[in-house]
Amino acid sequence: MTQHWEDIKNADLILIMGGNAAEAHPCGFKWVIEAKAQRKAKLVVVDPRFTRSASVADYYAPIRTGSDIAFLGGVINYLLTHDKIQHEYVKAYTDFSFLVKDEFQFADGIFSGYNPEKRSYDKSSWDYQLGADGFVKTDPTLQNPRCVYQLLKAHYARYTPEMVETVCGTPKDKFLKVCEMIAGCSTPDRTMTVMYALGWTQHSVGAQMIRTGAMVQLLLGNIGVAGGGVNALRGHSNIQGLTDLGLLSNTLPGYLTLPGDKEQDYAAYLAARTQKPLRPNQMSYWQNYPKFHVSLMKAWYGDAATKENNFCYDWLPKIDKLHDVLQVFEDMGQGKVNGYVCQGFNPLASFPNKAKIGGALAKLKYLVVIDPLATETSEFWQNFGPHNDVDPAAIQTTVFRLPSTCFAEEDGSIANSGRWLQWHWKGAEPPGEALGDGEIMAGLFLRLRAMYAKDGGAFPDPILKLTWKHRIPANPSSEELAKEYSGCALSDLADPKDPTKTLVKAGEQLAGFAQLRDDGSTASGCWIFSGAWTQAGNQMARRDNADPYGLGIAPGWAWAWPANRRILYNRASSDPSGKPWDPERRLVFWNGKSWGGADVPDMRPDAAPAENVGPFIMNPEGVARFFARGGLNEGPFPEHYEPFESPLDANPFHPQNPQAKSNPAARVFKGDMEAFGTPKEFPYAATTYRLTEHFHYWTKHVLTSAIIQPEQFVEIGAELAQEKGIAAGDRVKVRSNRGHIIAVAVVTKRIKALDVAGRKVHTVGIPIHWGFKGVAKNGYLANTLTPFVGDSNTQTPEFKSFLVDVEKVKG
Amino acid sequence: MALQSLDIKARSATTTPSPQIRKAVEVAKLIDTSICIGCKACQVACMQWNDLRDEIGSNHGVLDNPMDLSAASWTVMRFAEHENEEGNLEWLIRKDGCMHCTDPGCLKACPSPGAIVQYTNGIVDFHEENCIGCGYCITGCPFNIPRISAKDHKAYKCTLCSDRVAVGQAPACAKACPTGAITFGAKEDMLDSAQVRVDGLKERGFQNAGLYDPQGVGGTHVMYVLRHADRPELYHGLPQDPHISPMVSLWKGVAKPLATAAMGAVAVGSLFHYVMKGPNEVSKETEREVEKEGEQ
Amino acid sequence: MQVTRRRFFRVCANGVAGSSLALMGFSPGEALAETRHFKLTRSTETRNTCPYCSVGCGILMYSLGDRSKNVRSRIIHIEGDPDHPVNRGTLCPKGAGLLDFVHSPNRLTHPEVREPGGKEWKRIGWDEAFDRITKLMKDDRDANFIAKTDDGLTVNRWLTTGFLAASASSNESGYVTHKVVRALGMTAFDNQARV
Repeated sequence: MTQHWEDIKNADLILIMGGNAAEAHPCGFKWVIEAKAQRKAKLVVVDPRFTRSASVADYYAPIRTGSDIAFLGGVINYLLTHDKIQHEYVKAYTDFSFLVKDEFQFADGIFSGYNPEKRSYDKSSWDYQLGADGFVKTDPTLQNPRCVYQLLKAHYARYTPEMVETVCGTPKDKFLKVCEMIAGCSTPDRTMTVMYALGWTQHSVGAQMIRTGAMVQLLLGNIGVAGGGVNALRGHSNIQGLTDLGLLSNTLPGYLTLPGDKEQDYAAYLAARTQKPLRPNQMSYWQNYPKFHVSLMKAWYGDAATKENNFCYDWLPKIDKLHDVLQVFEDMGQGKVNGYVCQGFNPLASFPNKAKIGGALAKLKYLVVIDPLATETSEFWQNFGPHNDVDPAAIQTTVFRLPSTCFAEEDGSIANSGRWLQWHWKGAEPPGEALGDGEIMAGLFLRLRAMYAKDGGAFPDPILKLTWKHRIPANPSSEELAKEYSGCALSDLADPKDPTKTLVKAGEQLAGFAQLRDDGSTASGCWIFSGAWTQAGNQMARRDNADPYGLGIAPGWAWAWPANRRILYNRASSDPSGKPWDPERRLVFWNGKSWGGADVPDMRPDAAPAENVGPFIMNPEGVARFFARGGLNEGPFPEHYEPFESPLDANPFHPQNPQAKSNPAARVFKGDMEAFGTPKEFPYAATTYRLTEHFHYWTKHVLTSAIIQPEQFVEIGAELAQEKGIAAGDRVKVRSNRGHIIAVAVVTKRIKALDVAGRKVHTVGIPIHWGFKGVAKNGYLANTLTPFVGDSNTQTPEFKSFLVDVEKVKG
Repeated sequence: MALQSLDIKARSATTTPSPQIRKAVEVAKLIDTSICIGCKACQVACMQWNDLRDEIGSNHGVLDNPMDLSAASWTVMRFAEHENEEGNLEWLIRKDGCMHCTDPGCLKACPSPGAIVQYTNGIVDFHEENCIGCGYCITGCPFNIPRISAKDHKAYKCTLCSDRVAVGQAPACAKACPTGAITFGAKEDMLDSAQVRVDGLKERGFQNAGLYDPQGVGGTHVMYVLRHADRPELYHGLPQDPHISPMVSLWKGVAKPLATAAMGAVAVGSLFHYVMKGPNEVSKETEREVEKEGEQ
Repeated sequence: MQVTRRRFFRVCANGVAGSSLALMGFSPGEALAETRHFKLTRSTETRNTCPYCSVGCGILMYSLGDRSKNVRSRIIHIEGDPDHPVNRGTLCPKGAGLLDFVHSPNRLTHPEVREPGGKEWKRIGWDEAFDRITKLMKDDRDANFIAKTDDGLTVNRWLTTGFLAASASSNESGYVTHKVVRALGMTAFDNQARV
């Protein structure tokens, strides 16, 4: 979230799209209700289903799954053609006036630089025109046809209300009503907030859907302001924290990145990430990358990391390509992976095409499952009848299952969607012999270290030298680890303003990332978390809920990254002169000498407005980008592409170009293209989702959840049910090209057929949550049905749009 | 504010008048169906607080589950899909459970002394240790709420978390409700906030929005805000104008002594001596016999 | 004495007899006027955070006893933290049922192994589990670690064992996991953020 949960109460309009907050995040959704009650805000829900969120909305518009870019592109077109944009904001805080290279082109669904064989782009033309001074050329009059504003307008001119109706199936009048409501937030005193979740991410164009939403918000001047923003409602309790800590194939803590094979030189690695400002006076905060990276290496490797050995740069693995989960399971299926560890993760249930995942696991030599609960993955080798029809004797994988503690039995912090790191406390002992995840990692690590120390082996250095200064080595405490990622001084740090003074003494905790150095004198395992545990103690354990400005900001409750800032880009809540756009919602403003207000300013505190330091300090331009440059893989402007399994034969925007039907830059493995179904055989659009009664595959182990939603079902519209002779309560078989599930049919008026490109499209709704382990009734893993293809940037699987057939099970 | 006998307003099958000196604050739960998302947090909070776990059922083609109230499910969500005059869908979701009537039909119908009590704060509570499982409370209830357990043949229903309210806490469901659809407080305050919510709904175009606090049962201590207060039956059959069944009034008035005599005649003859000593008193002899029985 | 319901039924033949007896004036003792006792009085309260979605609701866990030496704490109730700025004491159906997660019959209680081709789990001790797993890991790493590519680039990676981290575990667990995984040179590493 750019915001935090309670800030939603400051909105005048809430758009829930690509998510279902009432159902998946009910306690956060209360702030929508609060906005409605206190600010007379309106709630708009755009979704293929009339959801629990829709049930309390002021306006609901249906949409075909997977067509959100078409819808939002239509909104952009509406705002531009009706001149419902916040002019001063977009001129000052976005790239509207920036000139783009002449080589950048877009024709029939494909951007310049496309290589169809490789299914990827050469992005060199997707960039700005630079002047002799090294800065981007601009045209403040916005007349130049190569300025971002003009290119944007031209790109989305095709997204007419008629096209939206054709592609999305949203009736034109409903679409226009939503546009009208959104356009009402283009004035500085009214804001819209956007709440989305996996309904946007789990598409082959997921990242671009989110970007389109962000572009709408920028046009309205709604980023950085109270009650605005683009809010990712994350799925798990600490998925934010683990992303922040970089537990992904290609990242390091704090959104630092692993080097690629070609980056053999440390200085070049740093230089490539140390972005020089692209406009005068901009902060371009990533210029501090070396400080963050060196401090990380010092945290991990201590005295072994020296300037001379490039702070152990070579000890980091370099990546040849993205080893995301789809890639890894593809490799596993080919027999290229021998071992796999699942810590609190149930891939057999969570990854697409269950048959492919189970087959891949069966090729492993060893599998280690660390979990508080008995997961399906841990028993992938066991026969559970139709729900998991395998032959144990044929599976040669050794499987270890290690019991871990749950939240109630451990101390530590987790980061919510609002980026708050909240400390929690242990309330009881774990059952049996269960151990904490940290203790289990220590158990594995200490034995590996001892073996490498004794017997040697492949590249033992990083294992032998890894920092492990724990009072009880076999059980690193949460307190010790939190201090380590927050960071400390390794030698006395001189005050840069007065070198005779010592700012921080050796061994003391740092106050925040501003104190990090690139000379090896500081250590911090995750720079954005720096300040979570200062010399004053554990900031995450704070529990003062006072809200001094009445904007719902409780700065003394827990600790938010970065720097306890609660709303990102909050400098943009004031106009260029530093005065709040809305005097009623004074978030951060210039008081004549410095920035201040309800939140920690996202700005150098003494940067006078006249210096024109842009609010988007992480971008070298200092402004927000409509034109993404090379940031995403399928183009600088989001374009609608069909899901890989689409009920249509062509992309209605590019009916003559098969290359532009689905995401041209998405990676598709050999064999998976063939596993896509066709609308002829699988005529119905399908989408998977959560129910409010359950959480993923955990709560089927929970009695109260099993009582309130006991058995697997699918949701079918009344019209389709009638066509297929299905009555509520019947058992139905839902089939995709990858397998089938059998479940009870819930027949509902909440899913309606849509008229799309001249044909009727029905949607079948498939809740996840069931499996073959649990106290709820056993069922099929919903991912038996889903396709093995992901977003081209994140490789997040396309769980939200695929094709199925459905029929009543006889007898 | 622990409740005890002085806080009892009415008691089933008891002719002795209740004490009337204390003036307690009447409490109420207000359920705003217009912001209820049917998440069932109230169902779970109820199970958790009251140490109830119902059977794991089946899906019956709807989202409702458990499908009905039971001895172990004191509240359930009722879902109804309603297409309004403009052709737009409304998902009308209502939390069903005891309404805690001011004039409680269950209490009136109950023949077992002290099995049902009404506190001065408005809560109607079942005391299962006195319940004889006759099921008259069900007949007496205009909302079809109490359920007899097959396990112990006693009647159960929502207590409005009388144990929580007694120590100054809100009922578990009201505390848990994520959207604030359920609120709890003094009935007077709940009536005020209901008015604010009804006004808000009218502003949003629901001209028939209103409060459901049916006077046929003297008003209730669980009230609903409805978008369509003119048609409560849309909400999964919420009665338009609930009244205690005339059979119960008849029973309480003229018919009771007759019926008692009639039923007495079918009582097991050998137990006749138990009832000779008059109401609510057990003879020493009986006491001994019963104790002896208990030891066997 | 109080004649309990159960005793009353024992002396009566059936429910009808029971009801008729009561109607005629007999009742099982003086009715209790009191409510059920408030079950959390003097239990121990611990602050925690709901482990399900990312709202991060504050919860209060109530456990048996006062943490004195001879009492084994057991969580007996979980409720929303009324001081929490986001949830203000509320919880969703999953959060409200957290007690049943903590005490799920499907919680794992001891390390186990399933041998190749086997049909069942065998209970093992932690030492055996750690020893066997790390032996497998080291053998695989030593055999397949790529220090340099064929064209001489230093890459120091280990691709043949992968790791999925848990996005419901704490930052501290995540941090120490990341450290260990990268020190081993793994890149087949993700958490639920990927899906």
